[in-house]
Amino acid sequence: MKKTIRPLFIILVLVFLYAPILLLILYSFTDATTIGAIRGFSLHNYVTLFTTEELRQMILGTLWLAIVSAILAVLLGTFGAIGSFYSSKKINIFMSSLNQVPVINADVVTGFSICILLVEVFGIDKNTFIPLVAGHTLLCAPFVYLSVMPKLKQMDPYLYEAALDLGATPFKALNRIVIPQISSGIISGFALAITLSLDDYFIATYTKPSTFDTISTYVVNATKGAQTTIKTALWALCAVIFVIVVLVVTVSNLRTMRNSRKERAGI
Amino acid sequence: MQIFKLSRKSLGIPYGIFLILFVVLPLLVLFYFAFTNGQGHFTLANLSDFFTDPNTLGTLFYSFAVALVTTALCLLLAYPAAYFLATSSLKQKEVLLLLFIMPMWINFSLRITALKEILTVIEGNLARYPFANAVVGMTYDFLPFMILPIYNTISRLDPSLIEAAKDLGANERHAFLKVTLPLSMPGVISGIAMVFLPAMTNYVVLDMLYNSTYIMGSLIGSYFSAYNWHGGSMIALILLAIIILFTILTGTDQDDRASGTGGALL
Repeated sequence: MKKTIRPLFIILVLVFLYAPILLLILYSFTDATTIGAIRGFSLHNYVTLFTTEELRQMILGTLWLAIVSAILAVLLGTFGAIGSFYSSKKINIFMSSLNQVPVINADVVTGFSICILLVEVFGIDKNTFIPLVAGHTLLCAPFVYLSVMPKLKQMDPYLYEAALDLGATPFKALNRIVIPQISSGIISGFALAITLSLDDYFIATYTKPSTFDTISTYVVNATKGAQTTIKTALWALCAVIFVIVVLVVTVSNLRTMRNSRKERAGI
Repeated sequence: MQIFKLSRKSLGIPYGIFLILFVVLPLLVLFYFAFTNGQGHFTLANLSDFFTDPNTLGTLFYSFAVALVTTALCLLLAYPAAYFLATSSLKQKEVLLLLFIMPMWINFSLRITALKEILTVIEGNLARYPFANAVVGMTYDFLPFMILPIYNTISRLDPSLIEAAKDLGANERHAFLKVTLPLSMPGVISGIAMVFLPAMTNYVVLDMLYNSTYIMGSLIGSYFSAYNWHGGSMIALILLAIIILFTILTGTDQDDRASGTGGALL
């Protein structure tokens, strides 16, 4: 009996996680406005999704914000980690502790405090996008720092010294030796930064210009409204995002699986 | 050589300035606003208001209730799932694990939209079970964050420990209770840390499921909409105090969250 309970439980949890999304995706291909109604096949949600200017701008805006803040976060977080790693123990602890604050803090608190500081105290206009980009960079950079730091610790410290002894300039040694050694940390930090920015609601709400929306803020507002064409077009958006996530996960895992197989073959 | 050593360290300077500007300074500003009134005079009124107003106290207790029940439900679902998966003899365990984690990468507002549509069908009217909806919504949102750390700790356990326990006469149940369960506690604790605090503050989940009861996060939202920076800052500080207390109590190494949210992708 026990042997059947185990897979059954796993399947039940997976059903809980996926049934709502899959049903929503199924209904995105119909002209129904609520789930449960049996209606005909239709692609009108996808037409609305790709032709409505408002939706297009909101999606592009979300992507731009994610890319810009992820790049800033990677630059700040990576060099921050390198600088902190080679500094005295005191500075290292100081920076690593400050780095933990946004990680453990609630996003509501982070967003609210950034808003007060930049908008209320410094008088920066939200329409400049400075508070929003600063907020999202603050959300992402600590995670880049955290994914780069362990790679620096694993690195052979003598490689860098050897490069210098062989005549490399410090810049070259950093560029040719250190960066390649920690590149996997930088890449996963970047991926993490993108997903964090894409999923954020709270920091964006408190710092964004009133006319700008990310997917999260747009969807939350749309569920309060009664506009069914927009509402069901968002079901189509859910389907598109689902497919993209499945593709990215499959491709990246096939690649890592192939790499580990190669490594095993090499041994 | 000397100049160069300076330059290697100085790479961290921009991030150091960034952290001071966007971590230290906002905290100071929060303190300033929390303990002053509209005229800029020092006051404890914001603090005493919070602890004397039955509404805000009720909000505090409601947040704790939502967070507690959500955490318990997540644990109840995540622990067996993670345990069964980690100890199964399947070859494709990683694929199944990915299935559990993948929802993390789908925008949470769209996932809650999906859940809302389903709950509407099941319940007819969402307003009937506001508390249950809040808990189900939060569980739906945060479950992957509970499964991953528990799975990681259990799958790293040395299987010979269980064999040793069995050789010494323990049956399946005893081996689990005396060996696996205690050794998996670090994963459980970091899972709790990743669910409990967001469940106290993520008021959008409630909003989207038509639960108009406030939790701690909603208080900040409402002060924000009313441009009441002083009241909002006090709530933010109180939340911060809860978060710090919680972090000290659980002693969680938050590096887990970094590996938790993206590690499985690459």
